[in-house]
Amino acid sequence: MTATIDRPQSDNPKRPDRPAPTPRRLSSAKRTRRVTRPLQYLALAGYIVFLGFPLLFLLITAFKTPQELQSAAPSFLPQSLNFDNFTEATEKANLIPAALNSLIVSVATTLIVTVISLPAAYALARFKTKLRTVATGWILLSQVFPFILIIIPLFLVLKQIGLINSLVGLILVYTVWSLPFALWMLQGYVAGIPVELEEAGAMDGGSRLLVLRKIILPLLAPGLVATSLFTFISAWNEFFFALVLIQDPALQTLPLTLARFVGAEGQVQLGQLAAASLLATIPSLVFFALIQKRLTSGLLSGAVKG
Amino acid sequence: MTSTLDSRPRAGAPNPTAPPKKRRRSRVGGGGGRDAWLLVLPALIPVLLFSVYPLAQGLLLGFTDSKAGLNATVSFNGVDNYTQLMGNELFWNSFRIGLIWAFGVTILQFFASLGLALLLNLDLKIRWIARTLALVPWAMPPVIIAIMWRLMLNPTYGPINEGMRAIGLPGDINWLGDFSTALPAVIVVGVWAGMPQTTITLLAGLQNVPTDLHEAASIDGAGAFKRFWHVTLPALRPIIVAITTLDLIWNFNSFALVYVLTAGGPGGQTMLPMLFAYNEAFRYGNFGYAAAMGNVMVVVIGIFLFFYLRSQARSRNS
Repeated sequence: MTATIDRPQSDNPKRPDRPAPTPRRLSSAKRTRRVTRPLQYLALAGYIVFLGFPLLFLLITAFKTPQELQSAAPSFLPQSLNFDNFTEATEKANLIPAALNSLIVSVATTLIVTVISLPAAYALARFKTKLRTVATGWILLSQVFPFILIIIPLFLVLKQIGLINSLVGLILVYTVWSLPFALWMLQGYVAGIPVELEEAGAMDGGSRLLVLRKIILPLLAPGLVATSLFTFISAWNEFFFALVLIQDPALQTLPLTLARFVGAEGQVQLGQLAAASLLATIPSLVFFALIQKRLTSGLLSGAVKG
Repeated sequence: MTSTLDSRPRAGAPNPTAPPKKRRRSRVGGGGGRDAWLLVLPALIPVLLFSVYPLAQGLLLGFTDSKAGLNATVSFNGVDNYTQLMGNELFWNSFRIGLIWAFGVTILQFFASLGLALLLNLDLKIRWIARTLALVPWAMPPVIIAIMWRLMLNPTYGPINEGMRAIGLPGDINWLGDFSTALPAVIVVGVWAGMPQTTITLLAGLQNVPTDLHEAASIDGAGAFKRFWHVTLPALRPIIVAITTLDLIWNFNSFALVYVLTAGGPGGQTMLPMLFAYNEAFRYGNFGYAAAMGNVMVVVIGIFLFFYLRSQARSRNS
């Protein structure tokens, strides 16, 4: 305790020469608090407006009719809740097939990534071999490389094996691309399970596989779900690889379709654009809401424990 | 010194639990070498084929004259691409824009996120609203963030111009189409989009600052600012350095947001290096030349990483 008190003192050596009686200091602290509290609320309100207003505006625009959007004296709120924008955008922008493509790619990526990263994550967390060093280095490296370097040769390779303009090619790329992060998250969750549990299981005569299935897997389930959902979100949101690899309009994923939709903004109504954007965000938002607590805490525990 | 630097990437974050881990290996892992390889193999094969191999090839491609086309023969041309790049004013301009963008977004994002994290760390009543809102951009596809801000910044219907008209300012600014406003506008969107990770990371760091240090300092009469400067900030330093470096690299590599917002326009004012290289490769078909640009980007990222690792090494030595 004394050590902790010592440190701040040595940091500001000026302070000890003007000691003040404790009660007065406390009251002054209270007084500054009365001044700073409203300022803090003001700042928080500023953040809420900055972060929330664009979202609110997107929501409102999606419900406005073209007449409302173009009127000379626009009212902030839409006059009625009409869903025309949603239905029209769905038809005009080909949202349904695009959403289907996105769904296929995201689900397949998630399944493959989960299946192959689970054993690898276990190995990385439990066996401290050279492999772990290499893998961790690769995981970090994969987060910082400019994609342009990977995409050109990848494009050439996929072209050779006929996987350009195919959802299979896209799934392959997404799998490889989201694997490092999934692996990192998952091995953090494995490391969080006490190894003593496995030892106890083994001592009771369980085979390794049995121990893994009966003890580790249930404990790992929440982390596994979080990792899967995060992989899904990444694939659902991804744009760059899809832009390069998919040219056939029938195979476009949602972000591609929406980006094309923007190009036609002149003719297309803003309301429809907003409606389509809202629809495309919903899956990511819902999944993210489910995992956000685990994600934020899991990421950090992984970051701190290494 | 070099050896500590070499071993740093895998350590990444501080690793205080090293000794117990070693003991753990001897208890469970045993001869885990072969088992480990078997478990890792399913992940290793696709990574090698579609990640390591293309990456190595990409680095090499930067020294060739590879072009799009069916039967073009590829040959090494040494540093030709780089001498050509040296004289390419458009490329340098794009690089300058990329650095302004990366540093601009990262610095603004850092201060905005630090402020928000400090507020969220207090027990203010409506902070859950701010916390929820601060997470939303994380989940949104970058394409949709860009679309949303195009609506916000729309010169005729956008609420920003409308608000400016309402308070008597010139309300006809074409934010994304004007030479002088395009880059700043895009940077603001970049800050909005990137705040979640930074805020949450800093908030977690704040919650790990020992409270007894704060109490001790305040008993000694340190005011809020002094406590922040002498207690919070030093404790937060490793996290600040880590998240800022990552933000810098991520922003330098970013593509989708600006591609949809401006596609590099007007007149190349927002042409980030990734956009420039993308155009070079997939619009003009100059694969080798584009890969050379990628290599130059790698060098810049390497410099960022070097400073990060050096700072981590220093803080560990002190």
